Amino acid sequence: MGDIHVMREEFLPPKPPPRRHLISVGDLTRDDVERLLATARSFSRSLEREVKKLPTLRGYTVVNVFYESSTRTSSSFELAAKRLSADTMSIKAAGSSVDKGESLKDTALTLGAYDPDVIVIRHPQIGAPQLVARYTAAHIVNAGDGKHQHPTQALLDLYTIREHVGPLDGLHVAIVGDVLHSRVARSNIQALTLMGATVTLVGPPPLIPRGIEAMGCEVSHEIGAIAAADVVYVLRMQRERMQEGANYVPSLREYTARWGVTPERLRPGQKVMHPGPMNRGVEIDPVVADAADALIETQVRAGLVVRMAVLYDLLTTGPVPVKTPEPLEVA
Amino acid sequence: MLFGKNGRKDDLVVRRARVLDPTEGLDTVCDVRVDGGTIAELGTSLDANGHRVIDGAGLVLAPAFVDPHVHLRVPGREDEETLASGTAAAAAGGYCVILAMPNTDPVVDSAAVLGSLIEDAQSQAEIPVGFLASITRDQEGAELTEMAELADQGAAGFTDDGRPVVAPGLMRRALQYHRITGRRLALHCEEPTLSGSGQMHEGTVSAELGFTGYPSVAESLMVERDLSLAAYEGQPLHLLHLSARESVAALRSAQAEGVVATGEVTPHHLCLTDEAVRTLDPNLKMNPPLRSEQDRAALVEGLRDGTIGAVATDHAPHARHEKEVPFEAAPFGVTGLETAFSALYTNLVEPGQLPLETLLERMSAGPARIYGLEPPRIAVGAPANLVLLDTAATWRVDEGGFRSRSANSWLLGQTLEGRVRMTVAAGKVVYEA
Repeated sequence: MGDIHVMREEFLPPKPPPRRHLISVGDLTRDDVERLLATARSFSRSLEREVKKLPTLRGYTVVNVFYESSTRTSSSFELAAKRLSADTMSIKAAGSSVDKGESLKDTALTLGAYDPDVIVIRHPQIGAPQLVARYTAAHIVNAGDGKHQHPTQALLDLYTIREHVGPLDGLHVAIVGDVLHSRVARSNIQALTLMGATVTLVGPPPLIPRGIEAMGCEVSHEIGAIAAADVVYVLRMQRERMQEGANYVPSLREYTARWGVTPERLRPGQKVMHPGPMNRGVEIDPVVADAADALIETQVRAGLVVRMAVLYDLLTTGPVPVKTPEPLEVA
Repeated sequence: MLFGKNGRKDDLVVRRARVLDPTEGLDTVCDVRVDGGTIAELGTSLDANGHRVIDGAGLVLAPAFVDPHVHLRVPGREDEETLASGTAAAAAGGYCVILAMPNTDPVVDSAAVLGSLIEDAQSQAEIPVGFLASITRDQEGAELTEMAELADQGAAGFTDDGRPVVAPGLMRRALQYHRITGRRLALHCEEPTLSGSGQMHEGTVSAELGFTGYPSVAESLMVERDLSLAAYEGQPLHLLHLSARESVAALRSAQAEGVVATGEVTPHHLCLTDEAVRTLDPNLKMNPPLRSEQDRAALVEGLRDGTIGAVATDHAPHARHEKEVPFEAAPFGVTGLETAFSALYTNLVEPGQLPLETLLERMSAGPARIYGLEPPRIAVGAPANLVLLDTAATWRVDEGGFRSRSANSWLLGQTLEGRVRMTVAAGKVVYEA
């Protein structure tokens, strides 16, 4: 056997950290986020071309498994994989073996038998992506697990803010509404604070989980607290998660009257975001939703490039150049 | 009240072990001779009398353990545990007596079910077992079981464990009826409208992970209610698997006011906090849930000062496939019989949080007294219920190493200090390693 020459670390090209899965924002470093956002930005340029498809992930297979209904997340993952020339396959719980009582473990083993490179999973139960990760060799992307995490949503929100509002460091974001049932809120609190933003949660006391301040955010129960924010992030009132008789709020009418985001409660120039799907007239006034300061469709568009960046980052080993984008002027 | 195989009685001599019986005030290096299953003599250089000789040098010989809280899963879930496997697991954990909970299928709520369990125990149980019967029929919290008949038949106590007795009026009736049965009422304290669909302790970790919280007050409010009822009726009660510091405080103050109330705590609540749930390992899901470090510290202090008189494993075997699911879909409960001593020795005794003597007392005489059982002891004339402990040994907890039919242990893959080398139950060697 010949001699093995080990090259000194500093002469090697910089390597991205080994990150086999994207399950929680908590697993990401600030550098990871910077790298992903920079990649997303370069992909956004490619989408301006006439031919939008890139050959980058040709030969790779991405499987989307959705145990919960989803329009924007499932479609944007599918399109993201296709734009990068990966083969995709989408499985929905309804109409699959899941209907026949197949366990998640067995579904994971079955899908794993096809040797997919990435499995994107949405599941109503916390910990489902970890379980699938245990039983397959694929990279796992969490597309939402119960009330726990939705990391690609947080990344696309960071991307949207940075591109359309300004630098994240020092930015103040108010997250309004049903934090208790919201994986979007939890992922965004982690992502925003990681990037140096300040987060204030606003909502009725029963919908703000006890102890959440430990994540590094402030809590207010008064809607007036949104006035100080640069961005007002409105959460969906998750009626499907409200158990009968749980009395989180006496009525949606009372919720809207107290905590609904209306034009009167916003300052001119305050940006408004929402992860969708919206309940117009409940958590968000239709006038606000359709106003120029609402970034809701921008978020959807960002979802595509951010998910392309996530798939690319997981599947390529080469370093992605990290270049902090030029911040735009805050309107 | 205790039922097991009638078997041989062994003759043996254990030489030069550190004989440690906190109840008898015994802590000395000497020989112990057992003749026909009864402790015959303590002394130095005892005559072997042709008995089997066990070298105890460097080991601790203590009264064997009593587990007041075991789910044997029979009848109904023989795939998870049986009388034979559960008692073999208990023997491997150093236990000479275990008490089985009645939340089986069917529930132990009638003389017929209890009778068949007793019969099975007499042919299958490796160590003596006591069976608790339920407080209410089918544990539905509506009607009392025929407690007098069940007590006459040999029920070791009464409990609806797994569920609280929700209605205070019914709880009061059960306490009143205790005057007739004299058997301890053991209560699972949980206010269901507060625990709801809670998956883990409500606190900073549940807030971050997104789990529905199961607040401490769901337990302590029910503890306070039951202590108030016990005080009013002047009847004793036992509080199962305490988890919250508020519960320990309530128990302590009720005891100070003269209420005859006892409590137990599990190894996992003494060793872990809700931080462990961050791994999302379903083997860290139990009811009551793991709570904060302040709660854990209060439980250790309660055990140390005697407010909590017993360590109970709450051994809850579950089928492998039922735990191989996301945390939220997993059933509550973990096994514990085979790891209790080692887990507590490693996590509490070695770091100096609890003296060995106290641990031994709370695992043996403490739980025995709560249920009115004869405490195991090392004294001439007493039946031999002995555990030989190697406190210098280390071992790895492996899935394949359990005698239990289930392996849903929170300690899988961990290396523990302190190991059970031999167990003698009712005069018979039931385990050797």
